[in-house]
Amino acid sequence: MKVRLDRLAIARSGDKGDAANIGVIAIAPGAFPVLLEQLTPERVKERFSAVCRGRVDRYELPNLFALNFLLHESLGGGGTVSLMLDAQGKTYAAFLLQMEVDAPEDVVSACDMVRSGKEPGRPV
Amino acid sequence: MSERVVRVASGQGFWGDWQEAPKLQVRHGPIDYLMLDYLAEITMSILQKQRERDPTSGYARDFVPLIAGLAPDLIGRNIRVVSNAGGVNPEGCRRALFEALDEVPTSRPLRVAVVTGDDLMERLDGLLADGHELRNMETGEPLAAIRERVQAANAYIGAGPIIEALRRKADVVVTGRSTDTALTYAPLMFEHGWAADDWDRIAAGVVAGHINECGAQATGGNTLFDWRGVDLAAPGYPIIEMSSDGSFVVTKHADLGGRVTWATVSEQLVYEMGDPAEYITPDCVADFRTIRLRDRGENRVRISGVRGSARTGMLKVSLAYRDGWKATGTLVYAAPDALAKARRADEVLRARLRRLGLRFDEIRTEFVGAGACAGLAPEDLPPELVQALPEVELRVGVRGENRDAVERFTRELAPLILAGPPSVTGFAAGRPRVQEVMAYWPALIDRTAVEKELRVEVSHA
Repeated sequence: MKVRLDRLAIARSGDKGDAANIGVIAIAPGAFPVLLEQLTPERVKERFSAVCRGRVDRYELPNLFALNFLLHESLGGGGTVSLMLDAQGKTYAAFLLQMEVDAPEDVVSACDMVRSGKEPGRPV
Repeated sequence: MSERVVRVASGQGFWGDWQEAPKLQVRHGPIDYLMLDYLAEITMSILQKQRERDPTSGYARDFVPLIAGLAPDLIGRNIRVVSNAGGVNPEGCRRALFEALDEVPTSRPLRVAVVTGDDLMERLDGLLADGHELRNMETGEPLAAIRERVQAANAYIGAGPIIEALRRKADVVVTGRSTDTALTYAPLMFEHGWAADDWDRIAAGVVAGHINECGAQATGGNTLFDWRGVDLAAPGYPIIEMSSDGSFVVTKHADLGGRVTWATVSEQLVYEMGDPAEYITPDCVADFRTIRLRDRGENRVRISGVRGSARTGMLKVSLAYRDGWKATGTLVYAAPDALAKARRADEVLRARLRRLGLRFDEIRTEFVGAGACAGLAPEDLPPELVQALPEVELRVGVRGENRDAVERFTRELAPLILAGPPSVTGFAAGRPRVQEVMAYWPALIDRTAVEKELRVEVSHA
């Protein structure tokens, strides 16, 4: 089924010079393979085509059920050089999470269970 | 016998963070160390500028009244403080602290350590002459290209001097550009007696430091998981409870707000992350892919399994250099046709700048309320959304080498109030400020060139 990414994941973004980083974390461990399949560097680059002038690197953290993206040349020069409103890419995480992805229904409902507090998000 | 844990509490995540947080950390439950992180890349150049104007300044001023106010608690509760509040003038910071402490009755004098030697500004030409090229890590350019414009140059230093200060019984350790994470892992190495080549345990300390270094960002601040449900009025900041084997629990004081869960900790773990396999610090290279994270119920997250590898022979140097001028101004346009009015105003403004013959390296226009955060152009938005916008903020910035041109730009915004499109407001803040652009130049240096100049001095008021 088609869902907004924030149904499956949470995220946080920030800056590393002129690169923005976006860490994306599966809400239920079962959603991690979906992130791996759906969140290709190409799709992330396309999502940020308005700001991303460089390449997008993807790193995997299966232990945290997370992916980390580095979007090079995406902050208008970075630091105090940048004239951009969001010169540190702080809101990029939320923008990525509004993207539409394909996910199996059972994965979506597993994430919903964690969201509602009926299931733990991680092993205890 | 229960295993001894060392508790390092985070009290500040940047210069300007919530002033109540460190007080709550000290007074709302047991901790052993309070770490206060004040520095970011941009902070160093601001502090350097301040010191040029006033040689007694150049450190995080907030730190002084904070520590003076907390001094009786720190002594009474046996809590030690580790902070990079010294900025580009750690000695000046200590001098101000001693003056403030004169007014505070305490059962014994506070012992304060100062760490110096990270500041390379005055050694820069000598270092270059000795063959340290300080090439830009990203572009490969040698520093000579911008040498004359360098405003600040600091090496990121590690745990060594902080551990020495603690061994010499400092209650408060004031450093300059200590690596943010070292403010947490140095006291852990000292307390647990970890060897300088115990890479796995130091790496665990680095992970703990990464969790601590942004304050409430690990305890529910900025969380996207149930953000409505987190009480952030008086959040507890993170506390690390580190065992000697390198496993630890992230928690917070129970009677404060905020929240510690797998989500809040995971979010902070990926914040400002590069390659997770190689998280480089002065004291080890940590592998964030080895972190094992377990939710242990009520505001307790346990982390174990962290692996690290040997430190490198280099230290990172952060240089800031003057790179022209910039200014940004805003005006707000109301519906109907809020975006169309803002766009017309932008066209008028640009025509006037052209007419004046002003040249800039960059002019950037954004329409706040219409996709500016993600850098979207209004064309990228659905027309019905654009039509429904009740107001739009026009935000225009310019940047260039010529200060006069930037200054002239700042006088071209206000005229749009009368000589521009209708329904305009939001100009009460006055003319935009001209700011000097500080560009960032990351470099590497042979660590021995820095370490031989590191000094630790301990004294009491």
